[in-house]
Amino acid sequence: MIPEIGHYALILALCVAVVQGTLPIYGAAVMNSSLMAVAKPAARGQFLLVLLAFCCLGYAFAEKDFSVLYVAATSNSQLPLHYRLAAIWGAHEGSLLLWMFILSIWMVAVSFFSTHLPDAMRARILGVMGLVSVGFLLFMLTVSNPFERLIPAAMDGRDLNPLLQDPGMVIHPPMLYMGYVGFSVAFSFAIAALLGGTLDAAWARWSRPWTTVAWCFMTVGVAMGSGWAYYELGWGGWWFWDPVENASFMPWLAGTALMHSLAVTDKRGGFKAWSVLLAIMAFSLSLLGTFLVRSGVLTSVHAFATDPKRGLFILVFLAVVIGGSLVLYAWRAPRVGLGGGFAIISREGMLLANNVLLVAALGSVLLGTLYPLFLDALDLGKISVGPPYFDTVFLPLMTPAIFLMGIGPLAQWKQASLPALAIRLRWAFGVSLVTAVAVPWLMGQWTPLISLGLLLAFWILTTIVVDLRERLLQAEGGGGIGGRIAMLPRAYWGMVLAHCGVALFIVGVTMVKGFEVEQDVRMNVGETATLGGYMFHFDGTQQVNGPNYVAARGTFRVTKDGSEVTVMYPEKRRYFVQNQTMTEAAISPGLLRDLYVSLGEPLEGGAWSVRLYHKPFIDWIWGGCLVMASGGVLAVSDRRYRLAWRRKEAAVPATAQIARPTVS
Amino acid sequence: MNRFLIPFGLFIVVVGFLAVGLTLNPRELPSPLVGKAAPQFSLPQLHDPGKVISSNDLKGQVWLLNFWASWCGGCKDEHPVLIHLAESGEVPIYGMDYKDQRNEALGWLKDWGNPYQIVAVDAPGRVGIDYGVYGVPETYVIDKQGVIRYKQIGPLREDILKTKILPLVKELQKQ
Repeated sequence: MIPEIGHYALILALCVAVVQGTLPIYGAAVMNSSLMAVAKPAARGQFLLVLLAFCCLGYAFAEKDFSVLYVAATSNSQLPLHYRLAAIWGAHEGSLLLWMFILSIWMVAVSFFSTHLPDAMRARILGVMGLVSVGFLLFMLTVSNPFERLIPAAMDGRDLNPLLQDPGMVIHPPMLYMGYVGFSVAFSFAIAALLGGTLDAAWARWSRPWTTVAWCFMTVGVAMGSGWAYYELGWGGWWFWDPVENASFMPWLAGTALMHSLAVTDKRGGFKAWSVLLAIMAFSLSLLGTFLVRSGVLTSVHAFATDPKRGLFILVFLAVVIGGSLVLYAWRAPRVGLGGGFAIISREGMLLANNVLLVAALGSVLLGTLYPLFLDALDLGKISVGPPYFDTVFLPLMTPAIFLMGIGPLAQWKQASLPALAIRLRWAFGVSLVTAVAVPWLMGQWTPLISLGLLLAFWILTTIVVDLRERLLQAEGGGGIGGRIAMLPRAYWGMVLAHCGVALFIVGVTMVKGFEVEQDVRMNVGETATLGGYMFHFDGTQQVNGPNYVAARGTFRVTKDGSEVTVMYPEKRRYFVQNQTMTEAAISPGLLRDLYVSLGEPLEGGAWSVRLYHKPFIDWIWGGCLVMASGGVLAVSDRRYRLAWRRKEAAVPATAQIARPTVS
Repeated sequence: MNRFLIPFGLFIVVVGFLAVGLTLNPRELPSPLVGKAAPQFSLPQLHDPGKVISSNDLKGQVWLLNFWASWCGGCKDEHPVLIHLAESGEVPIYGMDYKDQRNEALGWLKDWGNPYQIVAVDAPGRVGIDYGVYGVPETYVIDKQGVIRYKQIGPLREDILKTKILPLVKELQKQ
């Protein structure tokens, strides 16, 4: 009965979505305010219905209702409750429901935080989101219904893929989807603006916080995915350039470009057409990711079970949504007009260059991801594109981008002077250069790549210091340093923090690539291996019984200079239901290094093949991402947005906000 | 020409490729072994571990080698197809029980039927490595001289059998 309620709720949600996607948009076109007013209650009603469906599926999992096909396929009676609930998004149908649920959360959020928008704008935004949800609900109800019954019911379920039985699974997909789907808001703002023909600075100001929030979720989501791969797959790597990873990375790149482009549109009125295009791209790439993962056109470790009907549905949906948006763009964008002119050497110029570099990076990832498909489709053979390609194209694109990232915030809008910038930044460059050469040299290994990485990281940090110092000195009437700090807007601090995050990330990547050591050894019980100054003493393995698996758990005592550092317990698990073995690596994390031990294969006499890694600074990679995301959060909490939400009128002069100190 | 149409143009190209991509299977990799001599093996038989089956014994006939395991879901899917083929008697099927437990494999065949002439046991998966097995099930068509003529990755289906494997087998049998 409960699953039928969920199913019915989805059908009702579809009906509401159809209303939401048509009446308000039509109402906005004919300026009928009662039709426009349908948008808000429709969005909220749709949210409640999807919430109900989501709870019904959750209930079916919690109650182990194996008469529901999806529940039987992705869970098992021995699976612990928290993983049974996470199994809601453990495969195709349920993850679509999660997608839809999160879309409805964003819709409700828009319906609450849009009181300051003109009625027509709000109606169009919610209408466009309604149309997107029509597509997804139809997809679910036609070819991917999570509530489909299995009659007669299965005795027991086929269990969740053991790879997914991990705490990361509970939180990673919702985070990532919040990001993916969050870009639908920026997309809807853009389409609404194109429909209404009101592509102006106000539009950019309204879109900015939404874009930034989605970007924060996306950043955390991608970082968590990478962290998950690191500790769950047992290969010790943190990024594999797998098609599905790329599918999440591409919208992130587009979103990053969009945030920066919107800043220009907001402050200077420029880059309007470009911002709209990026907003369409960010969401299109989210949809493309959905397609790639589910259609089976590419091989990937993450791919869902594939079904050509589903692939065809998403492709048609993709063609309608993206194709329609791009046609609308081609029709409306030429009339938008340009913003104020600017010189090449100016903040706009640098932001534009950065945007072009980010989009070029995105294009190269897209090309690398789809290249095997292109060749196959043209019957030119089967190939796969791996890390060497991506590393090769990424470095030359990101190096200038990060170089500009240091200069951009210091450059004046409209026109800046190159010699003046060079003088202001000469110390920053000198310090970064010396550090970049000295640090690896002191650490005993110098390669050009290590130095380049450190140079970029220190360049970001030192330029931030220069910028901060100048701004604090210029802050008038602030009195003490505390007052001066408070005078700078939070959006500025957000940017500083996010850029620091990038620096931390680069340090992490550079140090891991440059200084990581690994060893593949055969270890007998009682044997010791030495790696990176640490002694790993193998005490043998024991059998451990988990709820739905049995594991061989190794014990490794780790000592350094004679004193015990930690004891590590890597496991080799065998999950009963799917008869899959999983490697659970043991990781001893640290600020400056991770120790990583994973069990390979058992050998005769209690010996094992063992992989040992010493990974310096690897946690900085994810730490950097978290810092980036917190920068985004800080920026969104800026006074101007709070003001905008509180007042009906968003038109507070920009200068008035900066001049007034925020009380802290 | 409206330069704002460029994104749409690029998108159409990508959609075209994706549409073609939907009709292709990226897992269908060409095997470098097709056209080469089948790797030799000599393994204990599942039903009679005292006896050995060797690939040399099978020369002079066209035969199918099917890698399977009791733990493999896809093997269950293709099983009725194999049974049907075995009943038709058009070509002998030899099984390779891959990385499996003996009693579980025997139970599986008892429950679902045995389409195989003889089942060889490849518990450590060594022969699987020789044949370049990605995952079970996989099926090889081997000719009278012991040369691999075709490799099917993933479960066999009736349509693949009808359009590809049986015509090939008939042709090879004439040679």
